[in-house]
Amino acid sequence: MQFIRDSVAPTATVYGVVLNDSASVRALGDLEAAPYKGAPRAPVLYIKPRGTRVGDGAAVRLPSGATEVEVGATIGLVMGRAAARLAPADALDHVAGIVLAADLSLPHASYYRPAIREKCFDGALPVADVRPLCDLAGLELGVEIDGAVVDGWSLSTLLRDPARLLADVTAFMTLRAGDVLLVGVRYDAPRAGIGSRVRVSASGLGTLAFTIEGDAR
Amino acid sequence: MKHGRIAFQGAIQAVTQAADGRVRLADGRLLGKNEVEWLAPIEAGTVFALGLNYADHAKELAFKAPDAPLVFLKGTNGIVGHRAFTPRPQDATYMHYECELAVVIGEQGYRVPKERAYDIVRGYTVANDYAIRDYLENWYRPNLRVKNRDGCTPLGPWLVDRADVPDPMNLTLTTRVNGTVTQQGTTADMIFDIPTLIAYLSSFMTLYPGDVILTGTPEGLADVKAGDVVETGIEGIGTLVNTIVQAKE
Repeated sequence: MQFIRDSVAPTATVYGVVLNDSASVRALGDLEAAPYKGAPRAPVLYIKPRGTRVGDGAAVRLPSGATEVEVGATIGLVMGRAAARLAPADALDHVAGIVLAADLSLPHASYYRPAIREKCFDGALPVADVRPLCDLAGLELGVEIDGAVVDGWSLSTLLRDPARLLADVTAFMTLRAGDVLLVGVRYDAPRAGIGSRVRVSASGLGTLAFTIEGDAR
Repeated sequence: MKHGRIAFQGAIQAVTQAADGRVRLADGRLLGKNEVEWLAPIEAGTVFALGLNYADHAKELAFKAPDAPLVFLKGTNGIVGHRAFTPRPQDATYMHYECELAVVIGEQGYRVPKERAYDIVRGYTVANDYAIRDYLENWYRPNLRVKNRDGCTPLGPWLVDRADVPDPMNLTLTTRVNGTVTQQGTTADMIFDIPTLIAYLSSFMTLYPGDVILTGTPEGLADVKAGDVVETGIEGIGTLVNTIVQAKE
């Protein structure tokens, strides 16, 4: 029996991964060239701190100087119990639920250095309510900006599927109960400018809507 | 005042340092500092860390000093207390300590100007931000496999109130491995000082009480092996003791 709450806990750590789908790896270009000098071996992870999390209907204000934001529709795996050194075969047993999320990033073409300002500004992770775990293999994600469909992708294109991703991440770090692992975002995801209304969706999981606003604080 | 957290007789206790150096429970009982199980002095929120924030260390690693702070984030899985044990992976060939002044945020702050940055600081503690360089990759570098490992971020023993550290930008840092000094520096050599870091981070994200900024490390890094006792000390803040153990695979 796993405890499941309807929203991501304030104390949870949210981890995400880039370059987890083949189209994104192709789009990035030559992985052997500087500064990367080789394809990544471990999952390329980042952290979304607590101030990034906002709910459905949020007005997300961009940091000073930013005019647009990449909208990475993704799914988060919400851990039901502490997980370390999982095997892919039973990794999903540790997942209590899933959550539709929009990982917002200020555009950054290079993945060489951690993207802190770009990915960690207040409001940079709209998340929906936690839902029970379902079959993720064919889940379709979509992004609409101002009513127009601008992106769609399927979790079937993940290079590391959720079970493999959990195994490779927990090989070196423990995920705690309540922590969230986002399964991937697209390289060069569609951009929303100030004033945009954004809606991300996942088949069977509903939608998550928010607006992008300029720096008015 | 110096504040700590320990486990004692089945409970987590908030403690302070008594005048004679012993550990004082809230009810006044005094315990020897080696008789208690030390926890990190705070329950950390967001953990920020700085790369290449000392001119000498940046030079040692053959990079030019960055023109903006090189910040990375850490989860709380790495945090352990004073006198804890940190695992060295069996395949590691270069695992090094990093003695760092840790700044603990006490007040919520957004767009905090440099001149008021210290107002949101609760106090300071010592961090040892281990890295396993074998796993370094040029993807969001330093990548989490190097820097976000279980038990690899000892913190403590004490959180020292801001008021008791009049000049945090002029403190000596010293690391000893098995009693021999291997790393020495001063916080005066930071490239981006504490007010600059607080102003920079809070320019795009809110800082919250419990957030911690690990401010980087000076030169003098060295490989440590299972059995090594690593003492990271900062003048006026404390000495954090950690022992390396072989990881069980």
